[in-house]
Amino acid sequence: MAKVPKPAELLPGLNFQPPAKGWMDVKPDFRPGTYCNPASPKWMEWISYPFPEKRSIPDGEWALPDNWQEIVLEGMEDRLNRFRSLKVFFDICVRCGACADKCHFFLGTGDPKNMPVLRAELLRSVYRRYFKKAGQILGELAGARDLTEDVIREWYFYLYQCTICRRCSVFCPYGIDMAEMTLLGRELLASVGLNIDWAMASVAQCYDKGSHIGATPQAFKDMVDFLAEENERITGVTTTPSYNRKGAEVLFVMPSGDYFADPGTFTMMGYMLLFEYIGLDYTFSTYAAEGGNFGWFISHEMGKRLNAKIYHEAKRLGVKWILGGECGHMWRVCNQYMPTWWGPVDFLEEPVSPITGTRFENAKVHKMVHISEFTADLIKNGKLNLDPQRNAHIKMTFHDSCNTARGMGIFEEPRYVINNVLPEGNFIEMPPNTIREKTFCCGSSSGINANENMELRMQGGFPRANAVRFVHEKYGVNHLGCICALDRATLPTLLEYWVPEVEVTGITELVGNALIFPDEIERTTDLRDRDLVGFGEAAEEDAEEAE
Amino acid sequence: MKLASLLAQKKPQIVDRWIKLLYDSYPPQAAVFLKKEKDKFDNPVGYSIARGLDKIFTALVQEMETEQLLAALDEVVRIRALQDIPPSQALAFLFLLKNIVREELAEEFEKRNLAGELMELDSRIDGLVLLGFDAYTKRREKLCEIRINEVKNRVSGLLRKSGLSINSI
Repeated sequence: MAKVPKPAELLPGLNFQPPAKGWMDVKPDFRPGTYCNPASPKWMEWISYPFPEKRSIPDGEWALPDNWQEIVLEGMEDRLNRFRSLKVFFDICVRCGACADKCHFFLGTGDPKNMPVLRAELLRSVYRRYFKKAGQILGELAGARDLTEDVIREWYFYLYQCTICRRCSVFCPYGIDMAEMTLLGRELLASVGLNIDWAMASVAQCYDKGSHIGATPQAFKDMVDFLAEENERITGVTTTPSYNRKGAEVLFVMPSGDYFADPGTFTMMGYMLLFEYIGLDYTFSTYAAEGGNFGWFISHEMGKRLNAKIYHEAKRLGVKWILGGECGHMWRVCNQYMPTWWGPVDFLEEPVSPITGTRFENAKVHKMVHISEFTADLIKNGKLNLDPQRNAHIKMTFHDSCNTARGMGIFEEPRYVINNVLPEGNFIEMPPNTIREKTFCCGSSSGINANENMELRMQGGFPRANAVRFVHEKYGVNHLGCICALDRATLPTLLEYWVPEVEVTGITELVGNALIFPDEIERTTDLRDRDLVGFGEAAEEDAEEAE
Repeated sequence: MKLASLLAQKKPQIVDRWIKLLYDSYPPQAAVFLKKEKDKFDNPVGYSIARGLDKIFTALVQEMETEQLLAALDEVVRIRALQDIPPSQALAFLFLLKNIVREELAEEFEKRNLAGELMELDSRIDGLVLLGFDAYTKRREKLCEIRINEVKNRVSGLLRKSGLSINSI
């Protein structure tokens, strides 16, 4: 008889328990669907990044430079000196395991090396071997190991299975920030030529042309003009955008996802309607037409290079302050890094809303206000005439984006806006252990929203999708709102796999739907051309039926 | 069918054993977590597996329609179709049910003459596995489909501007 495995023999855990291997001996399995492709040398040359070579991971062609160990260890020493936090995070962990089951990648993949404690150990073990006496003498006994090619491959595999979302650090009693370790680990990988293609292509395009998607200033203007025409067609209101206008009061910066990809484009239409409604004196900059910053996903240095244009354009145009659109990591970079990189920002003023007079003291240093803060303040001061019934077809839950929520504490503002633009009862929260500071990541952030690693993304996003499915099944939720462009790009894909009945929307899109302009045409559809409930023909039909 | 009522009676034990076996097929650290954490949002994989296996067993024993069986299968298969495993491994858990039933009902099988009904159950589990292939293939196709759709979505605004529908390309 042919030798055919019995079903139980196909399941590794049931067939036999392999001899217990230490984690150091288990090598990552680079299966298609689980890793990101290495960066094309072309992109690396565009931005003068070191060791641009053609690499092929499944074939083991890593093309490391001859002195790669020296480069990595010198890089680690340099970072240990520059970032005291890194040294503290390496030394302080007591392996209590509080973080172990908090990572969405561990929850989705079941891979122990996605437990944050073990992911950090991948780097920490090398630190011990070369920078700590105990590790130098006792080696593996002290949790130390040599820096080998296998170790570098493992870093590449797992540091790009971390979305820098920081959920683990919420549960860590010491507040160890895995995100910072991942970022610095990625810098070390980049120093020997190892980058991922999706992030590197976006960075190179942004550096060369001005946006991650490679849209030139002309293409940006063209697209925004089109969205203004769409606004006019649907609402009858002319929203005339201005570009590179010197002397405007406010510079508005948004992520490129908002003007090229649906559903972000509807949020962009919402921004323009809102600004038209309140008569905001604002301008776009075709040179600062990308608020997002994939550079930060590769290195602090590259993050800084891509960020330079924002303050530069604000200064050149002579605006008073900057208003930022719905974006997650853009917000973290602008709040937590930008003033340190370029400050003091003495050429801008402390932001004051020209409509309400509210002084945004929280933005005193970086001079940049988030659209959710700005809109919530307008509503709070009664400056917007809103008809929530125009969003009656939307029953929504809200995804706290990691960077704005856990990173920056923006919890209440978007909820306040949502509650004012949706009919009562149409906003449903997901369970408490999946929102606010405990929010689950979309599973595709930090530059890993590539296409080739889709299985991994679907696994990492499963905890989020699972909570969305719950509110969909229990309350009939049909929309997932968010204030992040990466979410608007990746959550539709995630939901198409797990909860296809739910669509993704930005919050300012709903504001655009609800705003009542004095000179508007009769509104029968929302900004997506979907029929409104109880308006136009639908309302007439209802009335006829009632008769 | 005598076996059907026995299966219904023993359902908690059978399903529980099935769930634990499937958990045990994960790496040891993950298996411990899957069993331990009871919150369905903190342990989505464990919860979905438990919910899915329960649904599959119920659908099988109650002779539900194929559509319902497929929906129950999808609960588990859509996770297994992602998790670094070839299809043979992804679906092997369905066959485990045969042994579990035999072990759980060993005494009854000795006491009563259930050979015919057992054969019938085996055959239905085989049918379940065949439906499992359908569910698995559908999920893998879905993965390809979402990859294609995402590429299109990246320029969807531009397509709309050109008067093209995303579904027409």
